[in-house]
Amino acid sequence: MAKTPESVYQEMLKGIWRDNPVFVQVLGMCPMLAVTNSAVNALAMGLATFFVLVGSSLLVSMMRKWIPKQVRISSYIIIIATFVTIIDYTLLALFPKIHKELGAFIPLITANCLILGRQEAFASRNSVRFAVMDAVGMAGGFLFALLALGGVREILGEGALFGVSLFGPNFEPWIIMILPPGGFLTLGLILLFFNWVTEKHKEAQMRLLQPAEERSS
Amino acid sequence: MSKRDPDLLLQSAPLLKQGLSVPTAMRDVLLALMPALFAGFWFFGLSAILVVAATILGAMATEWLFTPKQERAVALGDGSALLTGLLLGMTLPPALPLWMAWLGGVVAIGLGKTIWGGLGNNLFNPAIVGRAFLLGTFPIAMTTWHVAAGPDSFFQLHPSTLALPFMQSPPMDGMSAATPLGLMKFEQIDSPIFSLMFGNSSGSLGETSGVLLMVGGLYLLLRRALEWRIPLAIFISAGLFTLLLETIDPARFPGIHFTIFSGGMMLGAIYMATDPVTSPVTPKGAWIFGCGIGVLVVLIRNFGGLPEGILYAILLMNAATPLINRYTQPRVFGRSRS
Repeated sequence: MAKTPESVYQEMLKGIWRDNPVFVQVLGMCPMLAVTNSAVNALAMGLATFFVLVGSSLLVSMMRKWIPKQVRISSYIIIIATFVTIIDYTLLALFPKIHKELGAFIPLITANCLILGRQEAFASRNSVRFAVMDAVGMAGGFLFALLALGGVREILGEGALFGVSLFGPNFEPWIIMILPPGGFLTLGLILLFFNWVTEKHKEAQMRLLQPAEERSS
Repeated sequence: MSKRDPDLLLQSAPLLKQGLSVPTAMRDVLLALMPALFAGFWFFGLSAILVVAATILGAMATEWLFTPKQERAVALGDGSALLTGLLLGMTLPPALPLWMAWLGGVVAIGLGKTIWGGLGNNLFNPAIVGRAFLLGTFPIAMTTWHVAAGPDSFFQLHPSTLALPFMQSPPMDGMSAATPLGLMKFEQIDSPIFSLMFGNSSGSLGETSGVLLMVGGLYLLLRRALEWRIPLAIFISAGLFTLLLETIDPARFPGIHFTIFSGGMMLGAIYMATDPVTSPVTPKGAWIFGCGIGVLVVLIRNFGGLPEGILYAILLMNAATPLINRYTQPRVFGRSRS
């Protein structure tokens, strides 16, 4: 494998934009839609997922030579569940209020297809350094997406961001935004915007490439 | 949509020119809505005019923004965005803050139409999408009704009309009043048939005048611009279902005249359910579609949590339209059924 120091950062950056787990791969939709009705919840969920993903990628990558192929999925799940249990009890001890609001969605991080997907597709085939960088990038991208969604929904749904009121007491809340339909609507609109930007970017690149092709032909 | 070039028009016989195009169809519906619209203005005053103007503005602006430059003249000129804005405006409470009305117009065209690929591709009626969004987003403002004050206070603006964007409307003045549907649902009070028929009751600004909406429907019928099976099926199925309920428990359920003339029944049945894009194309499908709406309306009104059900009834049947179309496809002549 010809991986240079720059490609380590490439592995990290791809998760934030080009291969963003939510906007491009559309993974991890369950926590994405369920807990993003406020920015604080989104941040807590994002950080919890960050911890679990980076931790389990590290461990899986370290143990990739010893995990038998036949039982690899269950092994990954056990590793992931270990980290989920750690974060579950940590949140319960330190931030009981947030723990209560996130509710069942903390144990459900175990079933987040994004995390298992990274173990199967990346961590189990790459060295520790790359696996951790990939996990940091992916989890960062996930956190970014959660925050974008949670921010929009909290601003419109409650007129506040991280609990700080933005519009004063007379704000008319958009009730739909803190309800499930608001999650779907916002996610759809963000996906629309993301695809639009990607499309524009591609078009611009094609236009740059055009003259070069004409010269070569 | 391509431009029509008369020199290149190739057709097979018969060559009778019927002249039915999108702009003429839209113009017919717009004309048919005028009596009820002006009745709404008459009863609810300047606020109503501004609300309708705001929804139309929102709808047209969104259509303009999301249409490619070359197609703008056609897309805005056919009047479909204008009609969506107008229909949406007619389903709103007359004292709704203008910024909400405008937002409703934007959502109606943005989420209801352009996102599906423009005119003819949408699954749901755009005006109803706009109203459903507003109802889910601002439930309090969307259910604050005002009495039909008539021309005496025509120039009196409701204070909530001019609420600043994102801000709550000021506290209610003493003019608010429950709609006939609300009275029936929560207090079991029947409304006099006369006010239900002529629009002299509180409610959405273009929905209250059942008779004038029917006059418009009659005009559409004469112009052959109306799929008459749908409203007829809605009225028959809703009427029969109501009759059944009324015989079971006359104290609890309203009579037929109330079901047909209250709320958005008339507007929904004649002008929204019959939208050619979102209703089935086959005659048999139209009957099924209409009966489904009629039954759902009565179910939602009498057993659901909301006083009015026409909105969700039409949306649900819109969703079923592709299925209805598939199962009612007529047999191709000369082929066996399969």
